[in-house]
Amino acid sequence: MLAGNPEIQLLYARWSYCYVANLRQDKWGYGFPIGGVAAFDVDTGVISPGGIGFDINCGMRLVTTNLTFKDIQPKLKELVNEFFQSVPSGVGAKGFVKINQSQFNEMMVDGSKWCIENGYGWKEDLERTEGNGKIDWADPSKVSDKAKQRGINQIGTLGSGNHYLEVQVASAANIIDEELAKKFGIHTPDQVVIMVHCGSRGFGHQIGTDYLRIFDSAMKKYNIPVLDRELACAPFASNEGQDYYKAMACAANMAFANRQVILHRIREGFSKVFKTSAEDLEMHMIYDVAHNIAKVEEHNVDGKRKKVVVHRKGSTRAFPPNHPELPPIYKKTGQPVIIGGSMETGSYLLVGTKKAMEDTFGSTAHGSGRTMSRKAAMRQVRGDKLQKDMESKGIYVKSASMSGLAEEAGFAYKDINEVVESLKIAGISKPVVQLKPVGNIKG
Amino acid sequence: MMKKFKILEDIAIADIAIEAYGKTLDELFENTALAIFEESANIKNISENEKKTININSDKIEDLLYDFLSEILFLKDTYSIIFKKSKIKIEKKGKKYNLNAELFGEKIDRNKHELRNDIKAITLHMFKIEKTKEGYKDLVVVDV
Repeated sequence: MLAGNPEIQLLYARWSYCYVANLRQDKWGYGFPIGGVAAFDVDTGVISPGGIGFDINCGMRLVTTNLTFKDIQPKLKELVNEFFQSVPSGVGAKGFVKINQSQFNEMMVDGSKWCIENGYGWKEDLERTEGNGKIDWADPSKVSDKAKQRGINQIGTLGSGNHYLEVQVASAANIIDEELAKKFGIHTPDQVVIMVHCGSRGFGHQIGTDYLRIFDSAMKKYNIPVLDRELACAPFASNEGQDYYKAMACAANMAFANRQVILHRIREGFSKVFKTSAEDLEMHMIYDVAHNIAKVEEHNVDGKRKKVVVHRKGSTRAFPPNHPELPPIYKKTGQPVIIGGSMETGSYLLVGTKKAMEDTFGSTAHGSGRTMSRKAAMRQVRGDKLQKDMESKGIYVKSASMSGLAEEAGFAYKDINEVVESLKIAGISKPVVQLKPVGNIKG
Repeated sequence: MMKKFKILEDIAIADIAIEAYGKTLDELFENTALAIFEESANIKNISENEKKTININSDKIEDLLYDFLSEILFLKDTYSIIFKKSKIKIEKKGKKYNLNAELFGEKIDRNKHELRNDIKAITLHMFKIEKTKEGYKDLVVVDV
């Protein structure tokens, strides 16, 4: 095991099965480290909202096209402008999916399946989503009315911060594993793909907030020492623990649905701009993967097979070939892993490995991680200047926030190539393709 | 004049850490809310044609602050409003603190407003209120 945050280890040391793998990417956050994985015994361990993050099921989605950069170059601006309108972003943005409360409850239970049944996607999208885009133990009765009110208008929105929708190119030189790339759907030099990074929006944030308060009080009840209130936890088997797990699943399903309806908009947008159907443009999903979530999984712990609640905060599931939870299309290849870099430096498609199962509870990193604060980035560059500089480098970017754009400048992040190289050396995932941005909508 | 708040950069680089000040608890809460407003948008071009009220109770002053700030984020998403200022009155009734707040702002318009960060949540990481010579100060880390 890698060394974890000593505070977390101290806090959780009273449970017999506490294992922390720290995949921290120096994206220094609050409480639990970003890039942290912790697994607790289902009977004797805990669940901690802080070990998941407020943005429950924040995740990545990657979609292919059969277009090349040459095909889209003349229409790139039109495309980005289209998505800037059709996929709302920024503070308090409202989504385009209008539903009533009972439909929202159905979405909380069915996730991506709800979207497909309501015309927002293709049936094949489901098996290309972690856990088929539906977490079975969701129970809307464990979600506060507040969270429901806050989230119902936000389906189909990106949010802000480091969330984005990006048009990317896989150049021949950046294909690292040609055979796997082909199996994942990247087969032509300069092929265009689209990446989405977002989560459960205000809905998940409110559930996180509600349960942080509940757990904060429950700590006393269960006689758990408080070292950092953000690390509040409760026994997984307790009422509070189970209620949170069921509410968290509602947020996770909403996030899968959010990315699914955004995919629908992406297909519509390409179809409109290129006057060709999304089917003819072969806009298949490669995968959708969560990086802020807790799930009960089976892992080997001290030579024994154990059921554990794996917390991943800023950490991506990375299952190896032949894992029983993988869909038939990825059984032989292993699970696609999507890691986002900064909007200037590009992102990676990788694959899960056996070593990740052995060392990090089937987990790997989720992004490049910040190296400087948001304010420090803003002092170095203005948003409008950065936008022009990026355009001169061939990246057309639109943002709901100019200051937010400056905060996300490439220099504020670690070099994604180094991060991916370290994952490769650690053996916890294997790079397949590096993807370079050409168009970006930033929240 | 007393500084209203400052952003601490070494607490959580991926997020935002606020240290706010006030001669009274009312002022401390108003200034912390102001930091949230200013991190969300440039408040200079926000009108005050929408008003929301908050009334909450708590045994602890820290919990009152946490719930108050969380309520601002709830109102922002639920009603698509960004706020410019708040007026706050905190009273101690028996063992409980009671807060009455009026928030003033405007419906979000991406074309009019200079939007900044969509703050996701208030964290409890290092969360505190302290008495100082001048009055009070707090530390609030928000997730963006």
